[in-house]
Amino acid sequence: MKAKVYVTLKPSVLDPQGKAIKHAVELLGFNAVSDIRKGKYFEIAIDGSRSADDARADAEKLARDVLSNPIIEDFRVEIEQ
Amino acid sequence: MKFGVIVFPGSNCDHDAYHVISKHVGQPVDFIWHRDTDLSTYDAVIIPGGFSYGDYLRAGALARFSPVMNSVKEFAAKGNLVLGICNGFQILCEAGLLPGALIRNRELHFICDYVNVRVQDTNTPFTHDLKTGSVLRMPIAHAEGNYVCDDATLAELQREQRIIFRYCDLNGQISDNANPNGSRDNIAGICSRERNVLGLMPHPERACEDLLGSSDGRELFRSLAGALAAAA
Repeated sequence: MKAKVYVTLKPSVLDPQGKAIKHAVELLGFNAVSDIRKGKYFEIAIDGSRSADDARADAEKLARDVLSNPIIEDFRVEIEQ
Repeated sequence: MKFGVIVFPGSNCDHDAYHVISKHVGQPVDFIWHRDTDLSTYDAVIIPGGFSYGDYLRAGALARFSPVMNSVKEFAAKGNLVLGICNGFQILCEAGLLPGALIRNRELHFICDYVNVRVQDTNTPFTHDLKTGSVLRMPIAHAEGNYVCDDATLAELQREQRIIFRYCDLNGQISDNANPNGSRDNIAGICSRERNVLGLMPHPERACEDLLGSSDGRELFRSLAGALAAAA
């Protein structure tokens, strides 16, 4: 089983890396791109003996306690059987 | 009085801190490996600058899980003095010993430069020998020094006078031009509610000898030693 964790900066937190990437994208001529925010993505392999609910609980705890800093970041978890 | 300097894999200002304590403060000091957990013989602990765990995940995020950090939390809870410099400040924030977080500098660059900081408050063991409003010249060397916190936290820090150092110009004026990294409210250093834990981005331990460009950092260590001597 695989847990996918997406960590993103809270909307209120400045993202200078996202801004720099957007600037490069504009130079390529993608003028329709109005904003880019950079985040982090984690793939976590979880023992198949765990139920999907337990795996989600594991991944959410990991995301909350380790993978994200709740002061500046939000996270989202997806479970893939 | 005995000092401990914590060493994580990737710490690189540990020897600078050790040097300042032994040479300028003139007190015994040990390196404490991050797997050690006994802090019972120390009066003050320094979490030095560097790149603990290569700054993987977020600066300071993985150091928080080193065995020594539980001991540092207990040490601080008993009222003992903890000083976090640069990466040490990042670690203290990640560990929840200080509020807020340090994110990527506003302009993205790694900044290695001298800055001026204004002493905002002298009611701490680290600053009681300094003068409110005085300006210290110290180096910074960081990519993630941009202090952020929510409005409620900022209001609390201001109300409790826990903002200890702010980036300023030569004359002590606070302005956006004098803010090297975009830190909220020009914050360069804050302390805990009990005022025994201090974190700051500038490096006082690298500003203790005129030959190196500034000796303003000595006053901070002199304050610290004075506070410990008075408490003994």
